[in-house]
Amino acid sequence: MAGYGFLLPWLIGFLGLTLGPMIYSLYLSFTKYNLFAAPKFVGFDNYIRMFTEDPQYMQSVQITLVYVLVGTPVKLAAALGIAMLLNYRNKGSGFFRSSFYAPSLIGASVSVAIVWRAMFSGGGPVDTSLSFFGINLGGWVGNVALVLPMMILLAVWQFGAPMVIFLAGLKQVPQELYEAAEVDGAGPFRKFRSVTLPMLSSVIFFNLLLETIHAFQVFASAYIISNGSGGPAGMTNFYTVYLYKRGFADGQMGYAAAMAWVLVIVVAIIAFILFRTSNRWVHYAGESK
Amino acid sequence: MSTIEVDQAEALQVQTQPAPRRRKIKRKTVNTIIWFVVLASITAVILYPLLWLVVSSFKPSSEFGQNPGLIPDNPTINNYIKVVEGIGGIPLWRFFANSLLIALSAVVGILISASLAAYAFARVKFKGVGILFACMIGTMLLPIHVIIIPQYIMFQKLELIDTYVPLILPKFLATEAFFVFLMVQFIRNIPRELDEAARIDGAGHLRIFFSIIVPLIKPAMITSAIFAFIWSWNDFLGPLLYLNSPEKYPLPIALRLYNDASSTSDYGATVAVSLLALLPILIFFVVFQRFLVDGVATQGLKG
Repeated sequence: MAGYGFLLPWLIGFLGLTLGPMIYSLYLSFTKYNLFAAPKFVGFDNYIRMFTEDPQYMQSVQITLVYVLVGTPVKLAAALGIAMLLNYRNKGSGFFRSSFYAPSLIGASVSVAIVWRAMFSGGGPVDTSLSFFGINLGGWVGNVALVLPMMILLAVWQFGAPMVIFLAGLKQVPQELYEAAEVDGAGPFRKFRSVTLPMLSSVIFFNLLLETIHAFQVFASAYIISNGSGGPAGMTNFYTVYLYKRGFADGQMGYAAAMAWVLVIVVAIIAFILFRTSNRWVHYAGESK
Repeated sequence: MSTIEVDQAEALQVQTQPAPRRRKIKRKTVNTIIWFVVLASITAVILYPLLWLVVSSFKPSSEFGQNPGLIPDNPTINNYIKVVEGIGGIPLWRFFANSLLIALSAVVGILISASLAAYAFARVKFKGVGILFACMIGTMLLPIHVIIIPQYIMFQKLELIDTYVPLILPKFLATEAFFVFLMVQFIRNIPRELDEAARIDGAGHLRIFFSIIVPLIKPAMITSAIFAFIWSWNDFLGPLLYLNSPEKYPLPIALRLYNDASSTSDYGATVAVSLLALLPILIFFVVFQRFLVDGVATQGLKG
């Protein structure tokens, strides 16, 4: 009984603000609803329309997938690489660790989105320094081919949070394992592949899961950088930006709810695959019975 | 011939004997220098946008696009003077006050609700605790977009749009599982003997919670408070959905006003106000970096 007493606020929140709304949005996804007239049941109409009659939706899915599938691995690779670099030496690494973490804390803010847009616009610092090397790309923000890479760079810039987690994981790898590998004649690459990667696999799993889910939900930076339009030519119209536009700008709550549920299903499938395959590649220390 | 060779070899050996050690030390120093140079260059790249933000906020608007260099030709504080006046008749301090009110409420709400829930999950044995814990972890993976539409409809029916209730209420109900999880991890590391000793002395759960657990989880509380503050301060989607009156806007939405009103004509003002909005977080970061970074580090391990 005491347990439920302590849990009461969370329980109210879980039922009233999470589980209840989830069920309600599942219902809404089968309706046409504009906030004013009562929801009208339309069956699977929203879902069918999404995949057959809405090229904007398909484009939004496509750029979001590129963003997630390119951005997340690059971000995690940067995080792991730099964590290993930091782990090389203890003295003096604290300052670097903190500096690299800072972007993770502020990266999703409106201020940073404004800075990013200014830095990548024509005549801005990025354009100017690339021109110095003879690469004349002009502004990235208005360029259909470059605006998505620019968004991915913004995501990669925030590698600090997974890096800190990797670094904590690296510190827990027993040094004897490296020494044993050295005795067996392993070079640096072999040590990385046969000691570091397996010993870090549970941390890699954790980072991969959270960062992938996180990446699907990019919103504020894309919204600010495109002034809410998702442009140029829909190239920053990420899934959540489009969902917001459909639901709250166009008042198509049913359609937006259906979009949200597709996202939930996709995230659930990814989580399921990661968990399912994890016993094949995730190694937990002390499990070698 | 051969003896001379041996002699030479011996002489060489004598000469080179101390050398490997010296070379080893030298190699280590070189490695350390390379290490510092590489990391310092990465730092320069990573922090350049922030440096750019600080320096550019002193550039007159006319220099944007004209002077691509970092240093302004004619440094000025006009951007700040202009920005402090506010926008649309609302002074800048008002947006700061709104942000502060929302963020402090979020901190209070999260500290209370998350610590209570964490105690239940970590220390109380009751029916269904396992499945509820799994639900809590599950909400960490749930895309929030699936709940914002019904939540919006709910708050609209309750006529709470354009109030701070939809932004603050969820914090008092521990909806952000990250904080609950962080505190659960922390409580689990507190020796159970402490609780048991108190229980033998006749203390109930409430007593144990307030006089044993709360004082011992102070580091987790501080970490949570800082994160709660920063995330609330940065939150864009929440206020974008729920607030309509400009005088109620927190900074991120107000920034959008500045940005839309002046992005092409008055870059200087936009950049200056962006920096001001970021400043509290940067100060927080510099002061509390240990707590933040360690909080993140423990979150990923042991799970």
